[in-house]
Amino acid sequence: MAVKTVINAAGRSVPLEINGKPVIPFKGVGKHRPVGGKYSPPIPVCSDFPDNGNKVVRSLEEALKLCGLRNGMTISTHHHLRDGDLINNSIFEIASAMGVKDLVWFPSASFPCNDPVIKYLDNGTINRIEGSMNGPLGRYVSDGKMKGTAVLRSHGGRVQAIQDGEVKIDIAVLAAPSADSFGNARGTGGNSSCGVIGYAKADSMYASKVIVITDNLVDMPCFPMEIEGNYVDYVVVVDKIGIPEKIVSGTTEITKSPDRLLIAELTASFLEKSGILKDGVTMQAGAGGTSLAIAVFVHQILKQKGWKSKFGFGGSTKYMVKMLEEGQMGYILDAQAFDLDAVKSVETNPNHVPYPVFNAYNYHSKGNLTSMMDIMILGATEVDLNFNGNVVTHSDGYLLHGIGGWQNCLHARNVILPLPLFRDRIPVIVDEVTTLCGPGELIDVIITERGIAINPLRKDLIKSIKGSGLPLKTIKELKDEAERICGKPKKAQFEDKIVAAIKWVDGTVIDVVRKIKTK
Amino acid sequence: MKKFTVTAGNAGPKVRSDCEITLELKERGGIEIDLTSKVKALYGDSITSLCREVLTFFKIRNARVTVTDSGALPFVIAARIEAAVRRLKDTDLEFLPELIKENMYSTTGDRFRFSRLYLPGNTPSMMLNAGLHSADGIILDLEDSVAPEKKDEARILVRNALRQVDFRGAERMVRINQGEAGLKDLQYVVSHNVNLILVPKCELPDHVKIVDSEISAIRKRTGIKYPVFLMPIIESALGIENSTDIARASENIVALAIGLEDFTADLGVPRTAEGKESLYARSRLVIAAKAAGVQPIDSVFSDVSDMEALRQNVMNSKALGFEGMGCIHPRQVAVINQGFAPDESEIEKSVKIVAAYEEARKRGDGVAAVGSKMIDQPVVLRAQKTISLARKLGRMPKDSSS
Repeated sequence: MAVKTVINAAGRSVPLEINGKPVIPFKGVGKHRPVGGKYSPPIPVCSDFPDNGNKVVRSLEEALKLCGLRNGMTISTHHHLRDGDLINNSIFEIASAMGVKDLVWFPSASFPCNDPVIKYLDNGTINRIEGSMNGPLGRYVSDGKMKGTAVLRSHGGRVQAIQDGEVKIDIAVLAAPSADSFGNARGTGGNSSCGVIGYAKADSMYASKVIVITDNLVDMPCFPMEIEGNYVDYVVVVDKIGIPEKIVSGTTEITKSPDRLLIAELTASFLEKSGILKDGVTMQAGAGGTSLAIAVFVHQILKQKGWKSKFGFGGSTKYMVKMLEEGQMGYILDAQAFDLDAVKSVETNPNHVPYPVFNAYNYHSKGNLTSMMDIMILGATEVDLNFNGNVVTHSDGYLLHGIGGWQNCLHARNVILPLPLFRDRIPVIVDEVTTLCGPGELIDVIITERGIAINPLRKDLIKSIKGSGLPLKTIKELKDEAERICGKPKKAQFEDKIVAAIKWVDGTVIDVVRKIKTK
Repeated sequence: MKKFTVTAGNAGPKVRSDCEITLELKERGGIEIDLTSKVKALYGDSITSLCREVLTFFKIRNARVTVTDSGALPFVIAARIEAAVRRLKDTDLEFLPELIKENMYSTTGDRFRFSRLYLPGNTPSMMLNAGLHSADGIILDLEDSVAPEKKDEARILVRNALRQVDFRGAERMVRINQGEAGLKDLQYVVSHNVNLILVPKCELPDHVKIVDSEISAIRKRTGIKYPVFLMPIIESALGIENSTDIARASENIVALAIGLEDFTADLGVPRTAEGKESLYARSRLVIAAKAAGVQPIDSVFSDVSDMEALRQNVMNSKALGFEGMGCIHPRQVAVINQGFAPDESEIEKSVKIVAAYEEARKRGDGVAAVGSKMIDQPVVLRAQKTISLARKLGRMPKDSSS
């Protein structure tokens, strides 16, 4: 049966219903204004819990049963254990053995280590994933094999969906590197330290039932707690929640590719010459090799000029930690720690502060941290002539990445995308993005190895960079150059079937991903 | 018996921007193409139609072609198919991609050759962005970086790269092989707007003369008008002894380079960072080059991670009189360019010297001085050279004298 679709404010054809529930088409940036109250979970009674505060039960299976695990429930998890996670798959293994069907998995992100859940999608234990999916999981979805429709949200969009009740979490299973028997938990300590567990905060507050699972049970109180025991129903102790060397990279390294370094250098030079980089600047950059190289070049400039960044927002890495330690950065506010130096810094440096994504990115918060950032360095798989960005699909149409915080970060003052003009013959700048994830009005500058394109809406930037000697081009010129080198690519071919919905930060549907056409 | 199945090009998990072609001639059945590519959805049709076009061009009507592609650009795919075809049959035909207009430039003998970036001649992924790193010259190498059994396919790839890759104003150089193989290399590159040929392991003036006369023959045959310069590389004790004559072996020589890896091997001593073992050879080569009016060019610095050591090395090299150096990694280019160009204080001093000299001349005074230092003619000449260099590099306004 064909689903009814409409054209949303971004010009994309989107359905009015997903997974049997009505959805709102994208209305424009900042236009959606929900009314009413926030969602609230069922009201608990403290006398239902042990007087001695000890909520430890024997196993995850027992905890899930005590939470009343049954068909159709929504199970949430966080991704702070990254590719070293040993908990998430086991939830569905238990559910599958219990014969439970049609679960919705609501992770804050998934990693290659979660590929085994394909088995539980195949056998009907899981109906769908609402969260990011990479690699094989994305391919599975794009091939139309998942029973339900995937829903992709940004980190902030996930909190929005929790707060306005779009997603009601039945059971949150929250892995914690340290926890006490009451359920207070944090991201540091033990053998599986990941620095922070901020992505789990909203889950802990809004889920009907909360299970904390740890391999490092400490005496009460587990301090400083990121998750408060008041929200927790059960505590489970296991031997191991994660594989340490896969939780964080031992070390993150800047790119060695001379071409990427060139882009990084050009980006730092752009930041300096445009006046965006200045004393007191606030900034965020990711953990990719090019972003790290930009951080290093920016650090050099700050040092040379005797400037200091007021604060940086992490994803933190050793390069940011170095800025903090050498005095070029006042604070690191941290949503996740990417390497061991960053984890150590959170544990020891009082100016390196866990700062949950809950406060940073959420549409229903009273203000937005990202809109206060001067410099935001982001990636994309594609950008089009209108500066629209795609981060979830590749040009061949396959869903291969999650949104992460990307959409939320677009609200920064200067959104800069350093990108190679083409990757393995695939142009990055295209006529129209395969999947729209972020509207072009929020994307300011594209920096490639062959030139810099500034969004025509940013007249101020165009003016400030005049006469700088930097290689300015229009986005059309960049696109034409890529096609001259690579040839004009054919567009990916899709069937009608919608396999994934892309939510905007406010919960509206900005675009969808359709099933790849098979001959 | 003649083979009917051949393979050319490269494939594998680490290979990018390249492809491997297996070509099997058939009696009948037309052209069958089996394509594996991660860009198949976007470029599958374009790849198969190019395959057909090239095979038709070489008059192959029945064949099975297996293409394992890792994002190769059309000029690479065409080169790989041509290489496979040539392994199956002798042909005078050449499938030439368009010579892009960006590449239709010539160079002059006296241009700067501070940095020249080596690129292995059979690795397309390193060619595509090579022009972005601002090297004065780009060397497509057919010699040491190409395995003997890959020489034939590298020649075709280099030829196509000369026609299709925009090297953005860099002097487009090719390092040919020694001896016969080198003369064969020339057939593939000279008429495709190459600017300079590096002649390796020169020990006698004849080594250069043979290459020079082969180039002349090709020029005559193809009617090309642009200059093709020569840069002999000296890499042995005998070469150093003959460097004066080698530098004068042809009027097309614009620079003389030293290759220290082979040179130290010839001496039977290890190559050190300090370079004591090659000090005499380097100085000797500088003098031979300067005496012949060509640029002396230093050997590559092989530790690509140590930029500080490279900077030191450039300083020493410049002090000996070298005017440029090879690069084996794009990150070395900036350090080398910066090192060989005159710095602020040199420019400032030169400006003062020339001004004092002009002033003295106006006064009709034969003796000029800056501060308490007398300046004589050679000092003025050097200062003038520095200023003209600084102007050419855009470090000083072109028309002002101060």
